[in-house]
Amino acid sequence: MKTTHSKLAEKFIADEPRTDWHDETLWFVREKRDKAAHGLPEWEQLREWASQIKNHTLSNLSDYLKEFEEKAKANGIIVHWAENGAEHNKIIHGIIQRHKIQKIVKSKSMLTEECHLNEYLQQYNIEVVDTDLGERIVQFRKEPPSHIVLPAIHLKKEDVSATFHEHLGTEKGNNDPQYLTEAARQHLRDKFVQSELAITGVNFAVAETGGFVVCTNEGNADMGAHTAAIHIACMGFEKIIPKAEHLGVFLRLLARSATGQPITTYSSHFQKPRPGQEMHIVIVDNGRSKQLSREDFRNSLKCIRCAACFNTCPVYRRSGGHSYHTAVAGPIGSILNPNLDMKANADLPFASTLCGSCTNVCPVKINIHEQLWKWRQVIAAEGYTDATKKIGMNAMAFLFSKPSLYRFAGKWGRWMMRIFPFVTNNKLNIWYKQREMPESPKESFRDWYLKNGKINRN
Amino acid sequence: MSARENILNAIATNQPSLVPLPVIERNAVIDYEDRYAQFKTVLESIGGKVKLIQNLTELKKQFIADKASGNFVINAVADLGELDNQVASMQASDMEKVEKTYIKATLGVAENGAVWVYESQMQNRLLPFICQHLIIVIDKKDIVATMHQAYESIDVAKEGFGAFIAGPSKTADIEQSLVIGAHGARSATVYVVE
Ligand code: SF4
Repeated sequence: MKTTHSKLAEKFIADEPRTDWHDETLWFVREKRDKAAHGLPEWEQLREWASQIKNHTLSNLSDYLKEFEEKAKANGIIVHWAENGAEHNKIIHGIIQRHKIQKIVKSKSMLTEECHLNEYLQQYNIEVVDTDLGERIVQFRKEPPSHIVLPAIHLKKEDVSATFHEHLGTEKGNNDPQYLTEAARQHLRDKFVQSELAITGVNFAVAETGGFVVCTNEGNADMGAHTAAIHIACMGFEKIIPKAEHLGVFLRLLARSATGQPITTYSSHFQKPRPGQEMHIVIVDNGRSKQLSREDFRNSLKCIRCAACFNTCPVYRRSGGHSYHTAVAGPIGSILNPNLDMKANADLPFASTLCGSCTNVCPVKINIHEQLWKWRQVIAAEGYTDATKKIGMNAMAFLFSKPSLYRFAGKWGRWMMRIFPFVTNNKLNIWYKQREMPESPKESFRDWYLKNGKINRN
Repeated sequence: MSARENILNAIATNQPSLVPLPVIERNAVIDYEDRYAQFKTVLESIGGKVKLIQNLTELKKQFIADKASGNFVINAVADLGELDNQVASMQASDMEKVEKTYIKATLGVAENGAVWVYESQMQNRLLPFICQHLIIVIDKKDIVATMHQAYESIDVAKEGFGAFIAGPSKTADIEQSLVIGAHGARSATVYVVE
């Protein structure tokens, strides 16, 4: 197994104050989510409905997609299908070529990240301007987003200031977010006004109506889509929901789970192209139908990309999004990515404590931590775990199956750690890396329990 | 076989057996004793402004003053005065100079401070997004409790476009500090008419 995640995380946590800051910032977002969720007495009921709607949708997916296509076409939208990222990119490139287009703006779409659209178009000297502020920042820095909702969450305002000074000529050392945002507003307004083609993602597509919904706080999807002569919306096929009334359930959950807001500033419902405009939808598979076939993992297709599981994850918060080396990071990314490429992403299901916090916050009730645990088994069975882990696991399996030997080893280990701490506190022990070993107790939990547990119960 | 057939076939083969849709129980969701008060509290907490007015007289005065100020003001509310229909065919480069826009919304949502606006109420899809300042008019009786009631009252398929708008454009992408006025309107004021 490649241990990419731990290697990349090691780089991230080398800067301790920054790691703490990252951790606290995301926990702050998680707390805002809690407050918003507690503001609705029916929160758990909403999660249950959302989960059931998605279960139903997955069980009737092919019909809903056909219904959506038919209605969308009747609305004057051109529908395309792409089996993988390469086809998705080719379709978009084709539209660009046909219209000889130069000026393209894109609003945040994780799908286009997943398909590496920007890099693909760059080969043809076509430049796409990302218009979400966070996305624009990382685009200037030639970095991928590190979070699906907060793409530049790993950066401090000093970093943004330096980036804007270099690319937009802002005042050196001016770190005021208001000032920096204003500079981006002016810069991107020019891009919007001149744009000929706009690419957006899709948050929800409605089978019943053939329309789709895009949610943003900045209004960048709207600024692009309503200005350009051509609008291309890209969606993974799991974005479909049966009816418009179900939007009520999902829009109540999405922003509250994501950032603690009651709703995003703009929830735009696209139904038909405006007169004279061309509107396209690209429906993408890219491994999703395979995931649908994996009974243990198909639940992951219910994801509405709120990132609540990122913000709560103790590993994500301390290792940073880039350590996941994939477009979708965090707990859900660690389930989706092994499906796309098991070998390259075999490390990701191990980047979790399996504490279950992700599962607890997920608005569509995906059993995230259970799936991570299941992936570990699949990956081990397929032989993608690395040698040291395998030896360790085998040794542990041997030890755990022999209680008296386990107890003897425990006693010996505790004694060793007390008397000769350097035995564990050294570089050879990977558990000692970047963390302190706990002080070893005199007695084991079992001994303590034999002495006290029974007494306390009486 | 085309990509479409391949994808749809793969999905049809791999999808689980049919499970029913849940029934969304309307009385299982929150309602507010004073929907206007809730609407105002929430919208103000997300950067919007709310003003309760008895009738349109006051707002008309403000509108006339705005027009007279020489600023580029667009009116899309029939009750306020002459409609600026020319905006329907305007280009982005001209609309970029719009300082203020008056629009009417179909309804407001108490739980999240959003208002629903149909394309026909915007005159031009771009208008509520590109203008610097947005004025929205709704009737107090049109404030519903939650998004469930909102979707019961509107028909998203009736027109080519429509949007829920909740306050001014904002971002927190720089170190999570909230900044109002990212790409869209820098301010959003909702006038609620009794
Ligand atoms: S898995 Fe759940 S919590 Fe994580 S992003 Fe998806 S919907 Fe949100």
